Amino acid sequence: MSSYDLSGDTGRAGGRRRAAAGRVVPRRRGNTTISPQGAPNRRNTELALLVFAVLLPILAYANVGLAMDSRLPAGMLGYGLGMGALALVAHLLVRRFAPYADPLMLPIATLLNGLGVVMIWRLDKAGHLLSGNFPAARNQLMWSALGITLFIGVMVFLKDHRVLQRYTYISMVVALVLLAAPAFFPARAEDFGAKIWIRMGSFSIQPGEFAKIVLTVFFAGYLMVKRDALALASRRFMGLYLPRGRDLGPIVVIWLLSLLILIFENDLGTSFLFFGLFVVMLYVATERTSWILFGLLMSVGGAVAVATTTSHVKVRIDAWLDPMAAFSANPPKGSTEQIGQSLMALGSGGVTGSGLGQGRSWLINFAAKSDFILGSFGEELGLTGLMAIFLLYALLVQRGLRTAVAARDPFGKLFAVGLASAMALQVFVVAGGVTGLIPLTGMTMPFLAQGGSSVVANWALVAILLKISDSARRPGVEPAPATEGQGGPAR
Amino acid sequence: MNKPIRRVSIFCLVLILALMVRTNWVQGVQADAWASNKNNKRQLYDRYAHPRGNIIVSGQPVTNSDFVNGLRYKYKRSWINGPMYAPVTGYSSQAYGSNGLENLEDGILSGTDDRLFFRNTLDMLTGEQQRGGDVVTTINAKVQKAAFDAMGDKKGAVVALDPKTGAILALVSTPSYDPGTIAGNDDGDAWKALNSDPNKPMDNRALKYTYPPGSTFKLVTATAAFENGMFQSIDDTTSTPEPYILPGTQTPLKNESPNERCENATVKSGLDQSCNTVFAKIGADLGKDKMRAQAEKFGFNSTIDTPVRAEKSVFPNSASLDGTAQDSIGQHDTRATPLQVAMVSAAIANNGSLMQPYLVDQERSASLTTISKHTEKQFSQAMSPATAQKMQDLMVSVVQDGTGKNAQIPGVQVGGKTGTAQHGENNSALPYAWFTSWAKTPDGQSVAVAVVVEDGSDNRDGISGGRLAAPIAKAVMQAALGK
Repeated sequence: MSSYDLSGDTGRAGGRRRAAAGRVVPRRRGNTTISPQGAPNRRNTELALLVFAVLLPILAYANVGLAMDSRLPAGMLGYGLGMGALALVAHLLVRRFAPYADPLMLPIATLLNGLGVVMIWRLDKAGHLLSGNFPAARNQLMWSALGITLFIGVMVFLKDHRVLQRYTYISMVVALVLLAAPAFFPARAEDFGAKIWIRMGSFSIQPGEFAKIVLTVFFAGYLMVKRDALALASRRFMGLYLPRGRDLGPIVVIWLLSLLILIFENDLGTSFLFFGLFVVMLYVATERTSWILFGLLMSVGGAVAVATTTSHVKVRIDAWLDPMAAFSANPPKGSTEQIGQSLMALGSGGVTGSGLGQGRSWLINFAAKSDFILGSFGEELGLTGLMAIFLLYALLVQRGLRTAVAARDPFGKLFAVGLASAMALQVFVVAGGVTGLIPLTGMTMPFLAQGGSSVVANWALVAILLKISDSARRPGVEPAPATEGQGGPAR
Repeated sequence: MNKPIRRVSIFCLVLILALMVRTNWVQGVQADAWASNKNNKRQLYDRYAHPRGNIIVSGQPVTNSDFVNGLRYKYKRSWINGPMYAPVTGYSSQAYGSNGLENLEDGILSGTDDRLFFRNTLDMLTGEQQRGGDVVTTINAKVQKAAFDAMGDKKGAVVALDPKTGAILALVSTPSYDPGTIAGNDDGDAWKALNSDPNKPMDNRALKYTYPPGSTFKLVTATAAFENGMFQSIDDTTSTPEPYILPGTQTPLKNESPNERCENATVKSGLDQSCNTVFAKIGADLGKDKMRAQAEKFGFNSTIDTPVRAEKSVFPNSASLDGTAQDSIGQHDTRATPLQVAMVSAAIANNGSLMQPYLVDQERSASLTTISKHTEKQFSQAMSPATAQKMQDLMVSVVQDGTGKNAQIPGVQVGGKTGTAQHGENNSALPYAWFTSWAKTPDGQSVAVAVVVEDGSDNRDGISGGRLAAPIAKAVMQAALGK
């Protein structure tokens, strides 16, 4: 047995010990011989970072007010106090209910969320320049509060993440419903054919954001049980382990589901995210590189198949290859100026940016607040600001993956890997589309972008990761009984 | 499971790294290209984000930058006496771009010129609002107004030059337009109306139109004759038959009126009466090469950047001798801008030295620091001073005794030349009335003028350079010399 170190990197040890599938392992307080006394729980670090994460958006808020109206914004105090209070409550409850949780994730989420609200507020102020625009900062703030409330709820009521393992198959059903539902609601003109919303009157939710979490529960629960069968029962062929035909079942099902999303909801991003997520988790569960190869082949095959049969994907690819075509005298059918506008916003921002409140990212139109909010940040904060934002995401994802390494149970590991890599994939897909690296897919930047569903779901995601990291780093926990049977052999 | 998790974490880092590399590429390497992309409206909004510098005429701005505090545009351009100065300033429109000085001097006017960098940086540090620099023109407000008023409702153009320096004192094109009517971003109706107006009010006739110069070109032909030693004195007799049959054809060349005594006339009497036969024959006898060489010394076949580019005036390389004969009296394929015709008079008045015409005297920053100042340049020595003296005598004679009597100014030495240029299919359209002249006062002031009137009268007999264009030239010269 190796000992737990202070940073919580207990990967090797955690990997060896696994909880019995589907069973919550009872915990006992107290130190065992393998835990050092009084391991720092890093809560004070979190508090210090949190102060910074609340102050920075307030300064940004003041900056926008000074730049646009030459005075401090009237709502500054209320906004600051509100954000500060929410962050403080979240922190106190983490202190109480997840004392050993990772200290970085809450501050990073708070900072990104706060900056997003400021940028949305700043674009609201230029709102008369955007067509199809409505003020969104107030709503975003409300959604953020709701998100943090959900975060607190998870802190308080989710005693142990392994409880979720019980709901593996219910999760599957819920995820399917969430994913399929938007197909039955009509798409609006400005959604460019993508059906990713459920609309009821003025209220709309984007179920894909929640499906991301629910589906990860299902994948983690399912793969934990099936990983041995998927990993071991295979033949070697040309240096690759080929899975048996019947073991291919799950990946084919997920693949078909992704294709259905793509075809019926025109949602390239969600489709890619879920398939990618599954492949990553499958790889982690089985440690078989061949799954990645299958995954790649299947996604390329699927994308090519859909691109040749439906127009949606082709339009997106054309817009990626020639973003300025939409500005020509005869723009191609279905093309949008957004990508070109986004690239011009980024270019105009240059290295240092125009300064908050002084850019003209409203030229991207209403999407400047949502899918293209990175373009707005890129113009006003420049390359420097975008690098910082990417680093924040990288840090958040890496903390999530470190949690996975540290987690002591396979379900927790798979769950954390799933949540963290879903975040990474989403950031890549959105930012890649906005900067013209890959075709645009139409998803929201976690925490930054306007959108209630996204903010609420991502706060829940961070809450779950914190819970897993708490249980992973908590000293003195009785190791799970070494019944390796259902969980798979130690490796 | 930790080995694959570590690999996944490397993969996630690679994803973010790819985003970072891409963003560096877009915002670092490609930034300028995207920022200056023609579809990037930021450049346009920037141009109107702070006060634009002014175009100065006789010490006074003829432009304004009005603070309109629009959503997209903070400032809007306006012009003082827009129609009068439109050929000088051009327009600067939020919706339709810009032209003329507004376009060519945009760097100075909008303050983006590199030479203003230090000033702008200082302003940024001291918190001063950025303001564009000014462009000081050579236009003389009095001369410009005299020319504009004298043109009245007539269609045409006036150019006045200072022969000694090449400074453009007046640049008038009528009918004109007020650039202020198209300066905004919602002036589509005015823009359409101006563009569909058959009189083309937005065209700068003084610089951009080439007309057949008609008899005013006889000045070039006479200069060529003296320079090539064909005559020694203005009273030398030419060998001009009556009628003169165009070489290589059966066609007799007509003079304007049967009363003219052109047969074997002297150079002086030929120019006084504007005999076509005399100068067509001189041109044919000199040949196209000598004629073209002389015309090019006056500026034909060159583009002239004032800096607003003047259309190239043309003396053609005619294939036939009869063509050259007609080219030599400013018909056939010879074309000239009003500026070019003024340059011919200016060269003669300045003793043969043709100065490069220029419109911008100084560029200066908002704090009145001079950024650049024009230095006078000779365009060419168009003729020897001796020939210039003969040409001046000839032109004085035209005003004293010939077709240009309407341009006489008491107490001032005035030399001129009329022109009535045929054009259109078989020369059937109403002819253009030309007058070009120079005037000198005893105290050394001088001015050179060219006037063209496109539609001076409804009937052909009412049109002559002496009757329609000479009085306008006279008014301009009087304004320039203060007489």
